[in-house]
Amino acid sequence: MRIILHIWRQRNATDQGRMTRYEVPNVSEHMSFLEMLDVLNEDLIAKNEEPVAFDHDCREGICGMCGCMVNGVAHGPLPGTTLCQLHMRHFKDGDELYLEPWRARAFPVVKDLVVDRTAFDRLIAAGGFISVSTGSAPDGNAMLVPKEKSELSMDAAACIGCGACVAMCPNASASLFMAAKIAHLALLPQGQPERERRVKAMVGQAGQELFGSCTNIGECEAVCPKEIKLEVIARMNRDFLKASWTGREE
Amino acid sequence: MQLDSKCPTGPIETRWERHQFNLKLVNPANKRKHTIIVVGSGLAGGAGAATLAELGYNVKCFCFQDSPRRAHSIAAQGGINAAKNYHNDGDSVFRLFYDTVKGGDFRARESNVYRLAQISLNIIDQCVGQGVPFAREYSGYLDNRSFGGAQVSRTFYARGQTGQQLLLGAYQALEKQIGRGQVTMFPRTEMLDLIVIDGRARGIVTRNLITGKIESHLADAVVLGTGGYGNVYYLSTNAKGCNATAIWRAHKRGALFANPCFTQIHPTCIPVSGEYQSKLTLMSESLRNDGRVWVPLKKGDKRPPGQIPAAERDYFLERKYPSFGNLVPRDVASRNAKQVCDEGRGVGETGLAVYLDFAESIERLGASVIKERYGNLFDMYERITGEDPYKVPMRIFPAIHYTMGGLWVDYNLMSNVPGLYVTGEANFSDHGANRLGASALMQGLADGYFVLPNTINDYLASTKLEKADTSHAAVKEAEANVNSITQKLLATKGTRSVDSYHRELGKIMWEYCGMARTAEGLKTALSQIPGLREQFWRDVKVLGTGEELNQSLEKAGRVADFLELAELLCLDALERNESCGGHFREEYQTPEGEAQRDDENYSYAAAWEFRGVGLRPELHKEPLTFEYVHPAQRSYK
Repeated sequence: MRIILHIWRQRNATDQGRMTRYEVPNVSEHMSFLEMLDVLNEDLIAKNEEPVAFDHDCREGICGMCGCMVNGVAHGPLPGTTLCQLHMRHFKDGDELYLEPWRARAFPVVKDLVVDRTAFDRLIAAGGFISVSTGSAPDGNAMLVPKEKSELSMDAAACIGCGACVAMCPNASASLFMAAKIAHLALLPQGQPERERRVKAMVGQAGQELFGSCTNIGECEAVCPKEIKLEVIARMNRDFLKASWTGREE
Repeated sequence: MQLDSKCPTGPIETRWERHQFNLKLVNPANKRKHTIIVVGSGLAGGAGAATLAELGYNVKCFCFQDSPRRAHSIAAQGGINAAKNYHNDGDSVFRLFYDTVKGGDFRARESNVYRLAQISLNIIDQCVGQGVPFAREYSGYLDNRSFGGAQVSRTFYARGQTGQQLLLGAYQALEKQIGRGQVTMFPRTEMLDLIVIDGRARGIVTRNLITGKIESHLADAVVLGTGGYGNVYYLSTNAKGCNATAIWRAHKRGALFANPCFTQIHPTCIPVSGEYQSKLTLMSESLRNDGRVWVPLKKGDKRPPGQIPAAERDYFLERKYPSFGNLVPRDVASRNAKQVCDEGRGVGETGLAVYLDFAESIERLGASVIKERYGNLFDMYERITGEDPYKVPMRIFPAIHYTMGGLWVDYNLMSNVPGLYVTGEANFSDHGANRLGASALMQGLADGYFVLPNTINDYLASTKLEKADTSHAAVKEAEANVNSITQKLLATKGTRSVDSYHRELGKIMWEYCGMARTAEGLKTALSQIPGLREQFWRDVKVLGTGEELNQSLEKAGRVADFLELAELLCLDALERNESCGGHFREEYQTPEGEAQRDDENYSYAAAWEFRGVGLRPELHKEPLTFEYVHPAQRSYK
């Protein structure tokens, strides 16, 4: 089949950027979306045009490196699927697709479809961890974790940090990402000692970055390739309120 | 060159403890005077960087991805082994040690493997402490499952995302140290050369992948935790960015490369669908617990699988290995799949696949049980192939998955270049000629959390390092080398893309140095690779400049290194006139077609010294001795 692409081309962070039209003839339905972009890039190189820059690595839907907006939807039309796992059989001959990078002030464009997501790392550095010096932990079975809690914790921990939630949110809020980490750790007994300090530090850091606030729209949940539930935001908010009311200044 | 493994002697149970006592320490006040460079942020690199920083060292950590959380450790599905014996099923440190030495086909050091088995216990504790959400039983205790090559249940797991959860644990520990200022993180930065001053590793030259800026970083020691070299085959289960540039350029600065021909092929991957194929996706080995592997009895039988009656199917693993059946180890399952496809009995459009059929299990257990066990894998399969494995059998084919070879290191994980440490898949140390499932995560974390932070003190405490700055002649020379490679790649302005060369190299490697190798085939590969390399440098086309994000340029440098490494890999395979583990030479097999080792002549680690591109490297042998596990032929009949 033949696919028509309109791709955001931007040389670097300061370039204004523009949409450019390309055609990819002979797209096989078995190709992944990124393989189609590979084919386009090989074609561009043959014509001495610079290939489209896009982030990708594992191509198995777990590293969180890939992603762009496809016709206004983060990671494209298939629910619970990263861009690398989206295959061309979900499109039809003659489809016109508009590809844009994640749009959020906290994620400045680096080049074409590549953005800078280091703000996510700074959120984790602010408190998204359990402090345990190497070698100091007790036996793994010394602390029991109810299976239900462990499963809920794993649901939240499945986040791959791709940034689709921010890109899709009209407020460019990082709440789903941040809350997934807060919920993952707060649901476990190991996470209790730093629970309140963690939520305050991370929410505080989000304010320092250029993320917006959450207004419970739910676009994030709809596009999350790991189907993280909005309930993690409720958990975060409850923890944040509690910590804010009862905590003491250090 | 004399290779000193520095392995302790005496009773194996206390070797590591006694060795640790003999290592020199650095007192806390002095630790902050030292800077350590860690390249790579996966389980080995990330865990190492976090722990070294926690101890008080200044750490500079580098990764080529946009965040340390992306390292390819994240893609490991199955689990991590530990000899906890929580199930009272006869497991012990000694048994894990025994299984690993045997699984590695007697080509690993006993001392290293025993230490690995001991440390496996601490890893689980550490990861639970960090909040890794391992699977639990209803009682709240940790759950385990069994895995290939073992008869006990010692594999800890977090759904099908164990690697992800372990990596996030290490990443979070690393981010904590970044937040404290103890680690300086350099994402989107690639190591392009090793700086050696007075014979010691003192730093690296890097390229900032966004600005293109070439920079030198100096330190008291350099750690490479940069993963394996499976992408030399182009198509593999590795991430697209996985590369051998850091270890290869260190090799060119003097570090020995050991056992490059020990590569692992995973039997259950989704087959290639066309020329555009960019990578191969692994389906967890656990599927073979309930799936039956078969091909049609007759050559060229193109009927849909449902129309082929049972009498006209060949369940070849069950037929040849009645006691292990579909659960034979990875290398055996892979070779047999290749064999039936070579006979023209492969299935699917390309004929390069075999069926993995769940029909009987679904009938026996019900679709809901199968869904509970493998639901996420079935979904992934359907997403990629568009076929529903509940209705039609999966098609699978083997693919390159892991590389046991890597830079040579001693018991302290230090290479033969003083001050250069190598951890995780990047080194050669623990898996011999074949790695058992769920052991890669174990080794990466053992090296990063527990071994390296203990052994590196000894080097720093006992070595007097001269002050060096970036004006040093060795630094200037390394920078000039990096700049000249970049300039050359950009100036060639040839006709073919980087990927086209990488694909061509991959085809040569898979054809002649893949699942089954022959002297003749390896010689063919060795005659083709130099020509391809020469053509690459004459004709590669890299557009754009070096002063910006240029993904073609990044790939070009990596492929240039693969074109050299490939030659060493084939040479090592040709020199090793035996079959062992992942290295199967067709000339050396038992009458039943199983791998035939030659312990008399090849019970050694082959450590190669670089002599120049296109020149024959020098072989150094580290003999292997077995005091506790006695080499025997592996049998799965």
